[in-house]
Amino acid sequence: MAEAFNFELVSPERLLVSEKVTEVVIPATLGEMTVLANHAPTMTTIKPGVVSVKLASGQVNKYVVFGGFADILPTGCTLLAESAVPVSELTHATLQKRIDTIQAEINHAQTDEHKTKLEQFLAELTHLNGVVNPA
Amino acid sequence: MPSLKDLKNRIASVKATQKITKAMKMVAAAKLRRAQEAAEAARPYAERMTKVLAGLSAANAGNAEAPLLLSGTGKDQVHLLIVATGERGLAGGFNSSIIRLARDHALKLLAQGKMVKIITVGRKGNDILRRTFKDNIVDYVTFREIKQLGFAQADEVAHKVLALYNAGEFDIATLFYARFQSVISQVATASQIIPATFDATQAADASSALYEYEPSEEEILEDLLPKNVAIQIFRALLENNASFYGAQMSAMDNATRNAGDMINKLTLSYNRQRQAQITKELIEIISGAEAL
Repeated sequence: MAEAFNFELVSPERLLVSEKVTEVVIPATLGEMTVLANHAPTMTTIKPGVVSVKLASGQVNKYVVFGGFADILPTGCTLLAESAVPVSELTHATLQKRIDTIQAEINHAQTDEHKTKLEQFLAELTHLNGVVNPA
Repeated sequence: MPSLKDLKNRIASVKATQKITKAMKMVAAAKLRRAQEAAEAARPYAERMTKVLAGLSAANAGNAEAPLLLSGTGKDQVHLLIVATGERGLAGGFNSSIIRLARDHALKLLAQGKMVKIITVGRKGNDILRRTFKDNIVDYVTFREIKQLGFAQADEVAHKVLALYNAGEFDIATLFYARFQSVISQVATASQIIPATFDATQAADASSALYEYEPSEEEILEDLLPKNVAIQIFRALLENNASFYGAQMSAMDNATRNAGDMINKLTLSYNRQRQAQITKELIEIISGAEAL
């Protein structure tokens, strides 16, 4: 039995998860990473993607997050997401709406740097769309 | 002296008013509970964000290349005041106390020869500040149509503020809102959001852990600081919302009580007059009978 640690998933609007877990997969900016207990203190930004949380009971819950960052300590892990929803509650329409907003923002972006960032974000969202809602 | 009929009408109208204020009080109480819950739900995120940022900024304190949002532009010539008020009135001194604080601040800055720009959030503040600072208001946001205040709204305001900052339009941003202390006490507060400021104690607490940063510390900081602005605004909006309903509730409670007092007074004089009329009629009958 793997060692359990505290995991918290927080969005600005509410605290989604605060539980003992054994394993968390985070979509970090530099690639997915799995966090186990006694992880070295790490701070990382995350990109839009799926966070998969394995509870101490063995049950696996999945959440979709849209950007944010994670604060990992040996004793626990806190994920601050800009917005987060359980996968089951995410619908194709809401995701499409987000994609459309970003698309509109790209058209208005003034600097190239900003544009690149947004385009990257869009690519991630589109990818996510494919993963969550296999057409 | 009003006639019996006038008094009767007035009592009826005050009673109707009392019914309305009572209903408004009840609605405000229900909304207050929801607003308070929302404000509490937002707290963990904001607290952790501040802790992380405090640690990061302490580590970056001496860095000359720290992001502008943290170090500031180095000037304090142009000030941006973000004034968050309610969308509606009938909430006692709620709107006016925030506006008074903002106006005093603006006048003080103007007297020092600084430039003042204002963004108003909420219709009430815009209406009133427009009278005095017509030329200083650069933007106006209203959430009239929005039923449930969400992070998206705060983000919208933050976007505007950050766009102005990146364009070099101002040096220091201060946020005005009412902090929710309790149902009967809301304190108008000013807090500086750009450049970011942190408590020294929080920084000491957070920087003790040695972190690995992925990507680099600077990149994370650059990513987080704009988010922090949005969070601060979000938090202020939620507190403001709770304060608004708190203020409205106590204002309506007062109004209901005043209406009750008024009804008592009016009923008393109504009864007195009725009595006087009866006495008068009796005297007339008796003196008429005596004359025969």
